[in-house]
This record gives sequence, structure tokens and C-alpha cells, in this order.
Amino acid sequence: MDSSGSPSDADLLTISAKIVIAGGFGVGKTTFVSSVSEVPPLSNEAWMTEAGEGVEDDVPHSGSKSTTTVAMDFGRLTLQRDLLLYLFGTPGQARFWFLWDDLSRGALGAVVLVDTSRIDQSFAAINYFENDSDLPFIVAVNQFEGQYRHDLAEVRDALALSPEVPLVTCDAREPASAVATLRELVTHTLSLAVVSGPGREFATAR
Amino acid sequence: MSSDSSGEAADDVPERPIRRRSRRIRPYALTGGRTAARHQLLVETLISVPRYDPSLSDALMPESRQLYERARVRMSIAELSVGLDLPLGVVRVLISDLASQGAVFVHPTAHAYHHDSTMLERILDGLKRLPV
Repeated sequence: MDSSGSPSDADLLTISAKIVIAGGFGVGKTTFVSSVSEVPPLSNEAWMTEAGEGVEDDVPHSGSKSTTTVAMDFGRLTLQRDLLLYLFGTPGQARFWFLWDDLSRGALGAVVLVDTSRIDQSFAAINYFENDSDLPFIVAVNQFEGQYRHDLAEVRDALALSPEVPLVTCDAREPASAVATLRELVTHTLSLAVVSGPGREFATAR
Repeated sequence: MSSDSSGEAADDVPERPIRRRSRRIRPYALTGGRTAARHQLLVETLISVPRYDPSLSDALMPESRQLYERARVRMSIAELSVGLDLPLGVVRVLISDLASQGAVFVHPTAHAYHHDSTMLERILDGLKRLPV
């Protein structure tokens, strides 16, 4: 967008960017967002959906109503005086696809978190970003201190992850580690943007 | 609420207490049943009020007025949704109406610069400078 028509107030020139933090239930998405957000992570019942059956425990039931509300949680970082970065955790269940599309739209990319003790929890997220979205993504194995460390090649095998998708380790509880993971993602997005030239849309879901 | 964009709010008239409504109103009743916003409003899209007008605020329906007041401090669609405990879809439709009236300013997001790798470099640079 051309900024020539923007109001003169410098504050009005502030723009925002978004990174999606994905993965299954209990892989550390909220921990990741909390460790880097400059505000306590915010959450509310943001979406209403008719999809009510088999709802897991991070999705609050809404009494006897036929609709279910799905929580959104997110954090914020100020990167430059006029540039904010928002981190949005995906709803735990991958079957709320339209919500994933909503969150992915316009994003710089996604970090799919994997917990090797519950690796199957992140299959759906990887499937989504490999097949149903054009968003650049990386996979980050959330390993904490003292936990058995898997060989990354084994993890890549277990996830059947394409060779071109970067696979890194992180400790979601450590701000420095979480920020390093975000840098990996943006570097990956940048490399794709450079390779595919100016015509590439770096942020289109579906 | 469908007449919201006219800037007139019928329930401002005090001698019509009959219009008092249930507190548990269905959210999309606030938007006249509309679910689509005319502006592209991503969850991270920032909204601000370039020139606050108290008389405009007074003329707005309660939820629109609350959004208008909140956005005096620049805020994202997601933060407005959390702050007012309104579903995203409702916030989008009401903000879209306010934007069409020129009451609020819809900031561009990084996505608007997706042809320009300078934006990604600025984001990367910002991440490198974070005091972590």
C-alpha cells in the first residue's frame, strides 16, 4: 500500500504483522506465546460455530446453546516504534478449519510446535500447512531441559516432513529460544520471497 | 442496527423505554444479521480514530460507540474483540461500518507489503533487537 494518502499523525502509520503458532493440544502453544508477548496473553470466545460435537477440553462449552464458542489466544510484541507483531495460537483442534483459515489470512507464516512425547498431536497442523495453505511454515520441536532429546532426522521421518520445511528445536518457556524460533520462520519466509520473486504472496491461506 | 450506518440511533430517544432489550442478545442481531465486513479486517488489523468526534460517539449504537471509544487508543481487531467481549465477526461488521463512515482508520497490515521484502527484513531486524 502507498502511504502517501495516510494521515499525518505518525501513530496512524503503525502497521501490524502476524505469525500463527500452531500444533495440537498440549504442545506448548500458549507457553510459547506467553514467553515472548509483552502483554499477558489475551483470550476470549472469539468465534461461534455450529460444530459442537466431540469438543475437547480447551474449547469451552457454551451451556445448552446449539452453537459452540471457540477461544482465540494471542500475544503482542513491539518490533519497531511503528511495527507490531501479533502471535496467534490456533484452536487446539484442527477440525475448526475455517478458524485456521481466518487466522492464517495475511500471516507472515506459521510455527508448528511438536512435542515428541505426543507427536501425533501435531499431524493435523502439519497436514494443514502442507496441503491446505500457502503460508510458509517451520516445525519447532518443543524440548525442555532434561527431556530425552530426539534426533531431528528421526523426528522429520516420524512427521513425514518434506525436506524443504525447516525443522528446529526450541524451549517454548525461554523467551530467547522462542524469539530465535520466530527469526527462523521469518528468515524462511524471506528466503521463499526472494526465490520466488516479487510476485509471491507470502501470506495467503488457501 | 441495520440503520447504524446512517449515524442515527433510535434508542437514544429516552421516552421510548419499551426498546429496552435483553442483556443476552444474540450477537448477530447487533449487525442486522450481516456477517460479512466490507473492509478486509484481519485479526491483527489496527484500528484508530483519527479525529475523535464526541457528537458522533453519542449518535452511535452502544456496541459501535464502545468500539469507537476503545479505538481512540490504537488497537487491533482481536484486542477490540477481547476488550468488549464481542465475537470477531461482530467486531468486523461494526468496525467496517465505522470505517465506511470515516469514523475510524483501518491501518494497513504487513500483508499489504507482501511484494516488498523490505518489510520482512524490518520484522527480522526487530526480532534481532528484542531484549531477550
